[in-house]
Amino acid sequence: MTTLLPHKFGPYGGQFVPETLMPALIELEREFVSARNDPAFNAEFDKLMASFVGRPTPLTYAKRLSEKLGGAQIYLKREDLAHTGAHKINNALGQALLVKRMGKKRIVAETGAGQHGVASATAAALLGLECVVYMGSVDIARQEPNVFRMKLLGAEVRPVESGTKTLKDAINEAIRDWVTNVRDTHYLLGSALGPHPYPTIVREFQSVIGREAREQMLMDAGRLPDTVIACVGGGSNAIGVFSGFVNDEAVELIGVEAGGSGIASGKHAARFGDATKARVGVIHGTRTYVLQDDDGQIAETHSVSAGLDYAAVGPEHAMLRDNERAFYTSVTDEEALNAFQTLCHTEGIIPALESSHAIAEVIKKAPTMRKDQVILVNLSGRGDKDLNTVIKELGTNM
Amino acid sequence: MNRIETAFQKKPIFMPYFPLGYPDLETSVDVIEALAKNGADLIEVGLSFSDPLADGPVIQQATQVALEKGITVKKSLEAVKELRKRGVTIPLILMGYFNPMLAYGLEKFIHDAREAGADGFIIPDLPLEEAEEFQSMLIAGRVDGDVLSPSYRDLPLIQMLAPTSPDERMEAIARNAKGFIYLVSVTGVTGERREISNDLGELINRVRAHTSAPVCVGFGIGTPDQAKQVGQLADGVIVGSACVKAIGASDNPVEAAREFAREFSKALKSIDL
Ligand SMILES: Cc1ncc(COP(=O)(O)O)c(C=O)c1O
Repeated sequence: MTTLLPHKFGPYGGQFVPETLMPALIELEREFVSARNDPAFNAEFDKLMASFVGRPTPLTYAKRLSEKLGGAQIYLKREDLAHTGAHKINNALGQALLVKRMGKKRIVAETGAGQHGVASATAAALLGLECVVYMGSVDIARQEPNVFRMKLLGAEVRPVESGTKTLKDAINEAIRDWVTNVRDTHYLLGSALGPHPYPTIVREFQSVIGREAREQMLMDAGRLPDTVIACVGGGSNAIGVFSGFVNDEAVELIGVEAGGSGIASGKHAARFGDATKARVGVIHGTRTYVLQDDDGQIAETHSVSAGLDYAAVGPEHAMLRDNERAFYTSVTDEEALNAFQTLCHTEGIIPALESSHAIAEVIKKAPTMRKDQVILVNLSGRGDKDLNTVIKELGTNM
Repeated sequence: MNRIETAFQKKPIFMPYFPLGYPDLETSVDVIEALAKNGADLIEVGLSFSDPLADGPVIQQATQVALEKGITVKKSLEAVKELRKRGVTIPLILMGYFNPMLAYGLEKFIHDAREAGADGFIIPDLPLEEAEEFQSMLIAGRVDGDVLSPSYRDLPLIQMLAPTSPDERMEAIARNAKGFIYLVSVTGVTGERREISNDLGELINRVRAHTSAPVCVGFGIGTPDQAKQVGQLADGVIVGSACVKAIGASDNPVEAAREFAREFSKALKSIDL
């Protein structure tokens, strides 16, 4: 059976799901292609992006941070200012509009940091859909404010107690629900992951970040950035911002994974950073780099940020890395926490811990660049949700 | 005639599922032997995976225990070999998710599975769209140094169909089906259901329109009565969660396995065709 859109990114991607779900994936792809060719659908999406999400999100020149680091000029793409506080809303609304089009009434979603859960609950409330969010009990404990938000928005939050009780297990449960209720339920997957067509759909809905940022860079800085930096959990904010620059060959693209307690400690989520534990494998319907043991069992991961704490990376990133079109690095929990504080002090912005990983890479990279060079960093979300974690991590240092 | 064809000489057949390594490796081998020698016609031998997304709570929990007790693909294949040594002659189909097989090395996995005495594969996360890589290895055989081993054509990759599969997919999937068709009887994960769907007969007929391969039904069958009901319509009855639960809950798993197999095979034999 052939697909309408390419279903692989080089050797990565694909559709490794039970047969029960294949017809739903085929329908989703068909609906997505027809929606993208439908001016009315695009107009509705654009209108919601403007009137509900508050797009375009601003581009902020980080003057004091740039001065402090003494190298490249730093610009922040402010996805933290999107409604609900992160880029996740772009994709959630886009898919929710597809759900309406398909005539389904119910969505299930997974969430790690809770941002995608909040975005899904928001989209469901706005469009009148029933919403169930699966969340690992470990993540529920560390992202409590977002759990309340989801409930306030009318979603049911189902704690997941299986496996490692984090994002990967929440995805398992969401898929199990979807298999069971596939006839009236859509799985609103929150990152550029999972079986085709999800990685493509999520990228397309997140590409608004890259399109806006490119235009804004040209307007505000009068030039394209030398380097674009984003954090990579599943990879949706990164692929969204990268997509605006991937054809500008001179622009360097850098993805930042969660280094946790350091690669050597084994406690991390650096799929590209740990040659001993990461191999190409299949998880959650897609073939990509997966942290696993010698027997192919998916490894437990660790990151201070729930949104980056996942054993696999979106398949398109695997291809970009192979092609050397993008480069991937990691920063540790400690570096991310330091970057978090630095951005608070220098710019008056409290970033999400996920986004703080991108900032940490900026802090390393900017001083090695000239003052006439420019870094664009995608500030994927705001940090309100992380205050409990940060207070605990920093303890008496506060 | 290979072992699978032989098994389908008398229908409907009883096909329990049991994961190797649960509640521990030794017991699981004894359990599978007991199932085989007390009425099972074919056994789906489970390989464990950390993220079994097509499975309900019973099989999730059992395979989790198996992993905690240290089961691996290698040990599972050795256990299959041991079962053959003990005189188990019915077909043993390896059922597991794709990633552990990839990690083991697909060619090596297929080769070692056959050496061990396995008769085929069921891989729930390998739909038609992704099956080609595996299929082509079954057809091509394996290059061992300079020696080209024979192809593994006789080891089928069992194709799965679901109630959601539209006719054109059923046709495409069933067209090349080998061994038998695994028809998932409900939309959902593995686990018992209170009732057998009224539409099952119709679903089976839709599949039969596209293939002469035996059609076996699984997911949701929990009692001998339900097995009998399904056995009146299908060529084989697959019982997973109920089998794992009955045996796992028992103080004497081997005795429980004997009883379980006897009861279900008796129910199926009582069908007047
Ligand atoms: C603010 C924020 N940034 C980044 C991520 C990581 O996801 P992705 O890699 O898909 O952008 C998350 C995930 O929850 C998030 O909440």
